[in-house]
Amino acid sequence: MPLGNPYPMHERWQGLFGNYLTTSFVDILRAQSPEAFPPAAFQGWSAPSLDAQGPLLVPRGTTILALRYLDGVIVAGDRQATEGYQVAHRRIEKVYKADDHSAIAIAGAAGPSIEMARLFQTELEHYEKVEGDGLSLEGKANKLAQMIRMNLPAAMQGLVVVPIFAGFDLKRGEGRIFKYDITGGRYEETEYYATGSGGKDARTTLKKLYRSGCSRSDGVRMTAEALVDAAEEDVGTGGPDPIHGIYPSMKVITRTGFEEVPEAEVRSQCDAVLAARREANSQGAKSG
Amino acid sequence: MPLPYYVSPEQMMKDKAEYARKGIARGRSMMALEYRDGILLVAENPSTLLHKISEIYDRIAFAGVGKYNEFENLRVAGVRHADIKGYSYHREDVTAKALANAYSQALGNIFTEGIKPFEVEVLVVEVGEGPNGKNEMYHILYDGTIEDELHYAAMGGQADEIRRFLKDHYREGMALADAVQLGVRALTVTQNKTLTERDLEVALLDRNRERRKFRRIADAELRSLLGRGDGSGGDGSRAGDRPAAGKP
Repeated sequence: MPLGNPYPMHERWQGLFGNYLTTSFVDILRAQSPEAFPPAAFQGWSAPSLDAQGPLLVPRGTTILALRYLDGVIVAGDRQATEGYQVAHRRIEKVYKADDHSAIAIAGAAGPSIEMARLFQTELEHYEKVEGDGLSLEGKANKLAQMIRMNLPAAMQGLVVVPIFAGFDLKRGEGRIFKYDITGGRYEETEYYATGSGGKDARTTLKKLYRSGCSRSDGVRMTAEALVDAAEEDVGTGGPDPIHGIYPSMKVITRTGFEEVPEAEVRSQCDAVLAARREANSQGAKSG
Repeated sequence: MPLPYYVSPEQMMKDKAEYARKGIARGRSMMALEYRDGILLVAENPSTLLHKISEIYDRIAFAGVGKYNEFENLRVAGVRHADIKGYSYHREDVTAKALANAYSQALGNIFTEGIKPFEVEVLVVEVGEGPNGKNEMYHILYDGTIEDELHYAAMGGQADEIRRFLKDHYREGMALADAVQLGVRALTVTQNKTLTERDLEVALLDRNRERRKFRRIADAELRSLLGRGDGSGGDGSRAGDRPAAGKP
């Protein structure tokens, strides 16, 4: 048995590399500032049983959606956060810029969701600064899947986070949409997707209206139709609110980057949807 | 067992400082100066992939001279420091001053406690917000000495000559093209060769940009800023657009 270092050479080198290899902000934050890191679960606290009065009462984001159009993707969400039977917040923002060519829309428990979006933004920027070049769109989608997986214990306690991640893939030259389940399962959608409490209703609308390769204005119109339907069918989702001047938030991501759809455009499209429905109803009333 | 030789602390510090200075003097120089819209950084660097100038945070940039692996190490530590602070508190709480102090502490400790000092000098600059925002420049030496510089700074082998040149030629409120030309002239002041855009790394902190103020200047744009345009003047007007920061 020779004396000296018991470890083979490569293991020693890996130890030396350890500190310099990680470009993940999430890993660094967990190691260096665990107090700033979102907890995966709350110890000593068990989930309410299913027959109790439902999941933990915290503000929840409701409907978000993404759809592909000719030049990229549109990502949108209503502006309401709901807590039980109460409106928790009327103007919450659910669609965040993740970096220059991608966005994250959040549904589920609002607190952990917003925190996850913020951590994800920092993660992407950190990687880009350290490496000198950004992650691929697929790499970003996978990283988000890992972060959702880390949240699984909290999700089992009722703090579910299910975002939609969408962006423009510069290599492929097209917009792409990724959806997730609470276990961090990652699935790509080729046309559109909606989730949150009114997500199913929004999807039903898009199923009827969606045409691939549509223009931006058609895309914005379809988004407005879907969100108005979601608000009509789902009590948690907030519709266009002309009284308070609150309209859904919509962003587009194209080859040239991330851009907000101007509020005037969103408003006029939502008003057009509402006007068309008013018209249809009054004609129905006349003929009936 | 032989006894170690006694070396007086003065001698040890002197030796270390001389060693570090020699290492830094072998490398190529860089300089930074304030211009109308922010801070311009120019380095002599024939590599297009290994950067001497980088983005740290929204309003903060970093530049290093000397041994690449050592200042690269400091750069990554700086990005981590800034991102953790910005995530824990708020983006505007990340300041060049705190970062410069951290660098100063780290380099000072390495200098006094380590066998080999870092052969680097680093510059941390922060562009002020708004038209009257005050810029900050911190110059940190191999032994942790920290200085705040006004209007311009230079590091590397020819730093003294460059600083003397800038002292005579610097004017406040220069336009970008003038600033770039002055910076490149300053770097060549001790050499009798001209630097082409391929020998240079140029980046700036432009206070007119949104959130992330850092931007690299690519070869084509640099050529037109230097007035060596070959018809690619279209690139000169790109100052206002927004290519992804941090990319070469």
